Amino acid sequence: MIHFRLKQALLAVLMLLSLAVPSFAVNPNEVLADPALESRARAISAELRCLVCQNQSIDNSDADLAKDLRLLVREHLKAGESDTQIYDFLVARYGEFVLLKPRFQERTFILWLTPAFLLIAGALLLFFQNKKINISNALPELSDSEKERLVKLVSEK
Amino acid sequence: MIVELGHFALVLALALSLVQAIVPFYGARVGDARLMSVANSVSAFTFLAVAGSFAALTWAYVTSDFSVLNVFENSHTLKPLIYKISGVWGNHEGSMLLWVLILSLFSALVAVFGRNLPATLKANVLSVQGMISSAFLLFILVTSNPFLRLDNPPAEGQDLNPVLQDVGLAIHPPMLYLGYVGFSVAFSFAMAALIDGRVDAAWARWVRPWTLMAWMFLTAGIAMGSYWAYYELGWGGWWFWDPVENASFMPWLSGTALLHSAIVMEKRGALKIWTILLAIITFSFSLLGTFLVRSGVLTSVHSFASDPSRGLFILAILCIFVGGAFTLFALRAGRIEQGGLFHPISREGALVFNNLFLTTAAASVLIGTLYPLLLEALTGAKISVGAPFFNLTFGPLMIPLVFAIPFGPLMAWKRGDIAGVAQRLYFAFGIAILVALAVLYFKTGAPVLAALGFGLAAWTIIGSLTDLAGKAGLGKVSVPVAFARLGGLPRSVFGTAFGHFGIGVTTLGIVAVSTFGTENIVSMKPGDSLEVSGYHLNYVNMTDEDSADHAEEFGNFILTDASGATLSPITSSKRFYKARKMPTTEAGIYTRHLSQVYVSLGDKGTDGSVVVRVWWKPLVTLIWFGAIFMAFGAMISLSDRRLRVGAPKASSQKVSNKAMA
Repeated sequence: MIHFRLKQALLAVLMLLSLAVPSFAVNPNEVLADPALESRARAISAELRCLVCQNQSIDNSDADLAKDLRLLVREHLKAGESDTQIYDFLVARYGEFVLLKPRFQERTFILWLTPAFLLIAGALLLFFQNKKINISNALPELSDSEKERLVKLVSEK
Repeated sequence: MIVELGHFALVLALALSLVQAIVPFYGARVGDARLMSVANSVSAFTFLAVAGSFAALTWAYVTSDFSVLNVFENSHTLKPLIYKISGVWGNHEGSMLLWVLILSLFSALVAVFGRNLPATLKANVLSVQGMISSAFLLFILVTSNPFLRLDNPPAEGQDLNPVLQDVGLAIHPPMLYLGYVGFSVAFSFAMAALIDGRVDAAWARWVRPWTLMAWMFLTAGIAMGSYWAYYELGWGGWWFWDPVENASFMPWLSGTALLHSAIVMEKRGALKIWTILLAIITFSFSLLGTFLVRSGVLTSVHSFASDPSRGLFILAILCIFVGGAFTLFALRAGRIEQGGLFHPISREGALVFNNLFLTTAAASVLIGTLYPLLLEALTGAKISVGAPFFNLTFGPLMIPLVFAIPFGPLMAWKRGDIAGVAQRLYFAFGIAILVALAVLYFKTGAPVLAALGFGLAAWTIIGSLTDLAGKAGLGKVSVPVAFARLGGLPRSVFGTAFGHFGIGVTTLGIVAVSTFGTENIVSMKPGDSLEVSGYHLNYVNMTDEDSADHAEEFGNFILTDASGATLSPITSSKRFYKARKMPTTEAGIYTRHLSQVYVSLGDKGTDGSVVVRVWWKPLVTLIWFGAIFMAFGAMISLSDRRLRVGAPKASSQKVSNKAMA
């Protein structure tokens, strides 16, 4: 079933390409009747890269490939698939490159953890540096002999 | 002939800036005052030479001299004059020339205004400026010469990229470069301090105005670019987290941090090493941005051409300067004495908090921008890092930072009283709560997060004015007295208030658009009407127009209010540029009460219908107005006597104040 729809979608793309008319981001006829499903479609589209564009999501690209992908996402949604299933399908087809939000995995954990790591490391550094300054800055108490000398000096005057 | 003179002037500029780099530096080493003073005249002449070269290129553009390759590739006789002129920097070679022009301008300004700078400091600063300009002039002459001639001059040029044919091109790049390159002065001062192994409060007093000026231009330039993209790209987005945008945003973030840490350094003599490091980092971001955009590593509308030799050359410049700066920092930073102890709860502490969050934010943007490039280079794996990543990492960092803004200026130096400050902010807090509740009450079904967002914006806006109100004694003294007191405040206090106020205003715009903005995608026929947040958008018809350089299709709409009264016609169009065979969109925008109705045209149907995308953008203009407030705040701060470039010492200050009055 899905396979058939894919073929249809590809055919549509070919037709569009042959027309070579600049098309448009989400068109009225693409919009799904079910608003809940449509809003999911929009959310998913915003996280998918238009592969032939410059850093645009398929949701706001007017490229034909983006339109193809938007239709594809909606087809899968109508078939009752979950968001994860759809992402998985698209990654299997186009690679991780298609995701604008890279998944947390072995090769992206540095990317994802750096901001939090820097913030915490910076805060800790400041905390300990401040402590160090406070310690070095604290005045040492007078020893007993020093106190005696002080009393002597004061009383002598 | 003029073109050859321009080429010659560029070579001359290189020779002069080499002198500027070497002679004063040597003079400072051996303590020869005459050699050091060479820097003054040479940097002025370098600027004149580059300016002459730039003027020659502009001349070639204005006269459409297509025997010059650069003009042939980027201009056209039928273009309006403004685009012929702005086309000078609408290409790789010309924009690099503008870069160097601004760099040499800043060197000349330091030379002119720095009369009372210590001689060695000034010599070292100008020498470092000379090194930077030598490197970039060499880059232009070797890889990106704009003065190359064609043997058989064609009769007509290839025209400028249509997307760039906009007043935006006349303003955005020069502003952005004034910001980017302006940070070179802070960098050169940092280098000079490290070479000397000495920094004092005077150093910070000098660095602050230059940083402030660069920051002001960068803020305006980024905002301008954002608005340009908003109306030109036709889908209502105003920030895309495009690598090129990030390239300008990183120096802005670290520059903002630098602006704040320099205050601590000037007033309290603390954070010296950190401020120097930030000055280095900020200009390194500028160089990195130049590399990313100019090398063609990133493909975007900004990367006019990609040529590997250029990329390698800029990468080499980047490595030499950034690497050199950090090496020098590692070697010399230890010599610089740290001073000014403070309690964590204090003005200094608040500014450190600001720096922690801003630098982490800059680092997040940096890693998000470079990660895909590095991963691909190292492992060959291709991934994308787009807007969702940045929203998830950058966004959460901004919330505590924005929340903390009102506290900062109210904190006392050395040891603050947070409870006391909180008490002074009760009014702002009350308003924020009211705003949040009002959002929940009036907008049925408004998400709690939206209400909190509005509350945060209100808190920042009112909170940033609290310091002014308190200093004026508002509510405690009569209104005229309060105004008189306001008039007596240093201008930098107003600068701070305006800057922070601007952040609040921008926040309000962002929150409003992202929570209550709506989008309609419909197919309309003439006579159809669409309701947009209480307005009615009536589609009239489509018309065509053919001009010399492009054909244009207009969608004509009329906007009416709820009662049916006409507010304004809205025209949204699609253009097709003949010379480059490229389509562009011109969004139809109607602004009222700071909000906008944004209309973009889609495909035409066979039955006379047309696809129309209509956005309701509540308070969207505040995003850019906020930036204007920020830049304005910087301008007021710059006009503060204490910071004025080259301001005489305190003793003569009274006299000149009288003279002004």
